[in-house]
Amino acid sequence: MSWVSNFLTSSIGKKLIMSLTGLFLISFLVVHLAGNLQLLANDGGKSFNVYAYFMTHNPFIKTISFGLYAGILLHAIQGILIALKNRSAKGSRYAVSTGANASFASKNMALLGTLIFAFLLIHMGDFWFKMKFGAVDMVAYDGIDYKVQDLYDKVLTSFKNPLVVVAYLVGLIALALHLLHGFQSAFQTLGLNHKKYTPFIKGMGVIFSILVPIAYAIIPIYFFLFK
Amino acid sequence: MSDMNLTLKVWRQKNNNDSGRFESYQVAANEHMSFLEMLDVLNQTLIEKKEEPVAFEHDCREGICGACSMVINGRPHGPQGGTTTCQLHMRHFKSGDTITIEPWRAKAFPVIKDLVVDRSSFDRIIQAGGYISVNTGQAQDGNAIPIEKDLALQAFDAATCIGCGACVAACPNASAMLFTSAKVSHLGLLPQGEVEHSKRVQSMVKQMDEEGFGMCSNTGACEVECPKEISITNIARMNRTYMGSVFGSDKTV
Repeated sequence: MSWVSNFLTSSIGKKLIMSLTGLFLISFLVVHLAGNLQLLANDGGKSFNVYAYFMTHNPFIKTISFGLYAGILLHAIQGILIALKNRSAKGSRYAVSTGANASFASKNMALLGTLIFAFLLIHMGDFWFKMKFGAVDMVAYDGIDYKVQDLYDKVLTSFKNPLVVVAYLVGLIALALHLLHGFQSAFQTLGLNHKKYTPFIKGMGVIFSILVPIAYAIIPIYFFLFK
Repeated sequence: MSDMNLTLKVWRQKNNNDSGRFESYQVAANEHMSFLEMLDVLNQTLIEKKEEPVAFEHDCREGICGACSMVINGRPHGPQGGTTTCQLHMRHFKSGDTITIEPWRAKAFPVIKDLVVDRSSFDRIIQAGGYISVNTGQAQDGNAIPIEKDLALQAFDAATCIGCGACVAACPNASAMLFTSAKVSHLGLLPQGEVEHSKRVQSMVKQMDEEGFGMCSNTGACEVECPKEISITNIARMNRTYMGSVFGSDKTV
């Protein structure tokens, strides 16, 4: 099986891992967003809390979530290793750099990724960790014969803190920039560069990179201003 | 013919062990000179002053050999797109300009002296598989092997690569993917080269990695700076051919 390890340690193999994990994380963004937009429902948090209960108790979802944690770690660690290798391959830097030949995002993927990872730590510390290990009040709803954790209330208090809202917005801007390069880059790495499809992929990438972070950003802004 | 007075900040480095530094020079040029002719003028004045002339590579001076290699104001081959340094003319600069000239920077391209770097890593990538290993005999009659026009054009576009290394110089990761993929494409798209395509791509990528080039992060800087305007569609082609070859063929290199 040396051919497998040869492939995984080749430059193209390493990039393939970035591409596939990246696309997997992109698909997660959609699912997570769809679930979280229920926070905007005007029902005192019922639909969101019931959804959160489902996401944390359904065995299939729980299995997928371990895949997600692995995907995030693989993408982050591999990304850092690639960035370090690339930096050493370049050696010294130019005295003059114009920045004219490549976008800011494409040249700073590791920096943007680190910002996103820092955001994830804050985000998971605030919700996931408290849900798993902290005390979140239980709440009962009509028509549901079990009690669920009142995560909605947790969201409500978190997004009253302007520092938290700013941290979320910074994280989302980093995500938008990371996606602006990463979305179409993932397809190029897979070898999918095609006269007919590439313009579509690039267009989709730009729309996705702008719309998805904006949709996420609506949640903390809405809670901060109106709740 | 208007005279120009320029300040040059040139990278001077005795050899690979020297750490190198910028030296400033004044040079009088005119707008009709090529960039290399302007450096010739500088070197002439240095020689007359018994100083060491600036070492730089040049050969054909007509944009087809790939010898000239310098980063001018942060851009490989200078500010004009689709042009080698030798074909860059001084009319693109103004009198009074300060021009910074540096060598290609990449671990796999160690500096030999001043602006001259060792690009033999490219030669070794070619030696690893950038050829057709059987004797193809005399040049064929033009239409003996029919080749679709589109394919011929794509192969030819890739074959215009002169191996100058501007792609590596421009890449923030010092990746050689554009060069290697151009070579893989120009051979693999044509019937004579297609036979060994699958094995060739594995061999050349392996050598490319061993030379210590960085990994492609699809910034696209290479295709912007390539004097032959080679497209990164070639990189995508190499990626899919490489994966196809590793997983779909029985070949391992």
